[in-house]
Amino acid sequence: MIAFWIILTGALVAITCGLLGCFLILRKMSMVGDAISHAVLPGIVIAFLLSGSRETLPMLLGAGATGMLATFLIEYFHRRANLQTDAAIGVTFTFLFAVGIILISVFAGKVDLDQDCVLYGEIAYVPIDLWVMDGGIILGPRPVYILSAMLLVVILFIKVGYKELKLTSFDPAFASALGISTALWHYLLMAAVSLTTVSSFESVGAILVIAFLIGPPATAYLLTHDLKHMLAITAVLGIFIAFAGYWMAYWLNASIAGCMAVVTGICFASVFVAQRIAKRKSSPAMPGEAIG
Amino acid sequence: MQNLIDFISFSDPNVRYVVLGNVLLAASAAMVGAFILLQKKALVGDAVSHAVLPGVCAAFLFSGSKNTALMLIGAFVSGWLALITIDYIAAKSKIKKDAAIGLVLSVFFGTGMVMMTYIQQSGNAAQSGLDHFIFGNAATLVGADLVVFSILAAVLLLAVGVFFKAFALVAFDKPYAEALGYPVRRLDLLLTSLTVLAVVTGITAVGVVLMAAMLVTPAAAARYWTDNIRRMVGIAVAFGVFAGLSGAYISYVAPAMPTGPWMVVVSSAIAFFSFFFAPRKGIVPRMYMQRKNQRVIVEENTLKMFYHLGERNSHFDGMRSLDELASTREVNKALLKTALRRLVAKGLLASRDGQWALTDAGHQKAMRVVRLHRLWELYLTKYMDIASDHVHDDAETIEHILTPELERELEHQLGYPDKDPHDTEIPK
Repeated sequence: MIAFWIILTGALVAITCGLLGCFLILRKMSMVGDAISHAVLPGIVIAFLLSGSRETLPMLLGAGATGMLATFLIEYFHRRANLQTDAAIGVTFTFLFAVGIILISVFAGKVDLDQDCVLYGEIAYVPIDLWVMDGGIILGPRPVYILSAMLLVVILFIKVGYKELKLTSFDPAFASALGISTALWHYLLMAAVSLTTVSSFESVGAILVIAFLIGPPATAYLLTHDLKHMLAITAVLGIFIAFAGYWMAYWLNASIAGCMAVVTGICFASVFVAQRIAKRKSSPAMPGEAIG
Repeated sequence: MQNLIDFISFSDPNVRYVVLGNVLLAASAAMVGAFILLQKKALVGDAVSHAVLPGVCAAFLFSGSKNTALMLIGAFVSGWLALITIDYIAAKSKIKKDAAIGLVLSVFFGTGMVMMTYIQQSGNAAQSGLDHFIFGNAATLVGADLVVFSILAAVLLLAVGVFFKAFALVAFDKPYAEALGYPVRRLDLLLTSLTVLAVVTGITAVGVVLMAAMLVTPAAAARYWTDNIRRMVGIAVAFGVFAGLSGAYISYVAPAMPTGPWMVVVSSAIAFFSFFFAPRKGIVPRMYMQRKNQRVIVEENTLKMFYHLGERNSHFDGMRSLDELASTREVNKALLKTALRRLVAKGLLASRDGQWALTDAGHQKAMRVVRLHRLWELYLTKYMDIASDHVHDDAETIEHILTPELERELEHQLGYPDKDPHDTEIPK
């Protein structure tokens, strides 16, 4: 039963992150997930100080708010100050993370938090975090419910806004000409990424969130040009990684999140290498190769 | 005040280590960071600082103890491998650099986590505190670390000094550098190695995430103050050093305060200030310039209205009412009113009883704008073969920009013409 809950959690996170990650990759904004997962630290600390507890809702709100602040700052510096995107991301999230650590040191006496516990949630604890009703009925792990809800929201979001998301990702100029607000859809997507990141890393850790946001979509991107296929491949890969990662962790008796990240890497590497070999066979000694 | 004096005089050897360590670290990171930033690889620092984990773990597994030198070597090797992998993926597939960075970062760190659990289960007592190597603590710098930092800073300084010109060229224009015969690949590799070196050295002091900041933030800020790469590197180093000193000072005054995060907050503050207020490139000066340009355009267009009305009844200095002026072109009346007021203040217009007329200076100026407009129209039809009914909009923008030198050049090329393509007179 424990294995079931862990794999289910992993798969839920992998699909949710992967679906959004597809759009991030197409928009060349993959590192936003990494930025958000670090930038939420001050929000979590402030939420903790205000609410005085580690309950999920205030934490989610605090983290979501700073996540959005981070995406806003990144976009603002990029648009208004002409700062290159990668630098905007790098400057913003490290700043917010540093503020978070300083807040933790200032309120060290009052805050039972450290950077490890915020950033390195452990998926192995998911089955213990049970949702118990008043009557003592156990409904299963709480994160599974939160993550399922998140997945539904994300699927609904992509379903409803598919055309807009696709157009603003591939051809922002054309989208604007059709009267679709690129800024609005940018922020909607970022809000979705923010919420997903925040609700996921509490249970699986920031690194696995980043791996899921980028790994499966990048692998799918190698395999297809069609956005719908890319989304489908990503989802299937996510489920496979959750299974294989858990199996590997069980076999090696090692960190589950770490193993899932490693499997993500292996998936990408196999597709990448297979394509390199196929390409080399089909075009032996192409003169362009050396320059490539 | 006493604090500051104590701090500056280095009376406490601990302070000396921390301050010198921070400064060396910040300076070398900022120096390499400038080139990394120009190559649009700002997030590489983040990738390297996460990717060192498997190397550190491997070194620990290999030696069975926390041997700093071995762990540094392990960190260097895995950080270097990560960067090579990123470049390889980005070069050989349609995956973009940012996705490659995120992928490599998470997979390497995940591998490290797997190794870490293995180490924890091995029951080796020396493993406790291994994570401190990655999360860093500047306040615990000791003399031996300082020696390491100094050597590394010297190596970085020397390498950047020797290859400065080549690095600058590669950062700005790779194909050109290739054409000139520079070994671009090897130079890239060298820069990669230097980056990894800077990050690996810094991690022990400030930790994974903050090291990424020390690489990018001072360089990003410096980019706003100059277009000259030498100056940019210098300014980045200065910002880095200032941040390092401030961080050390703050944690000296308030010992509960962590040095690394304060270094980052100070250098972020410098960066934010630069983004907003740096002359020419900052948000505020650019907005001011835009306003000013817009104002000039509205004013010149208003003067043109007088000239056009004057042409209609060949009476250039007649008094014009607001409605009369507004009839010449589509215009917002409120904007027109403020423009009129400003032009009166500048002595280009005279006003009486709610009507306005050009002064002599105003007439001259209006004539010049119209002249530039018509010269440009003529130039477009004559040299660009653009139909005469398509040239107006272009002339409408260029007339506010042309300099007297260009004006003379245009006249010369067009053979001092009298008429524009619409057969109206070009004023002299």
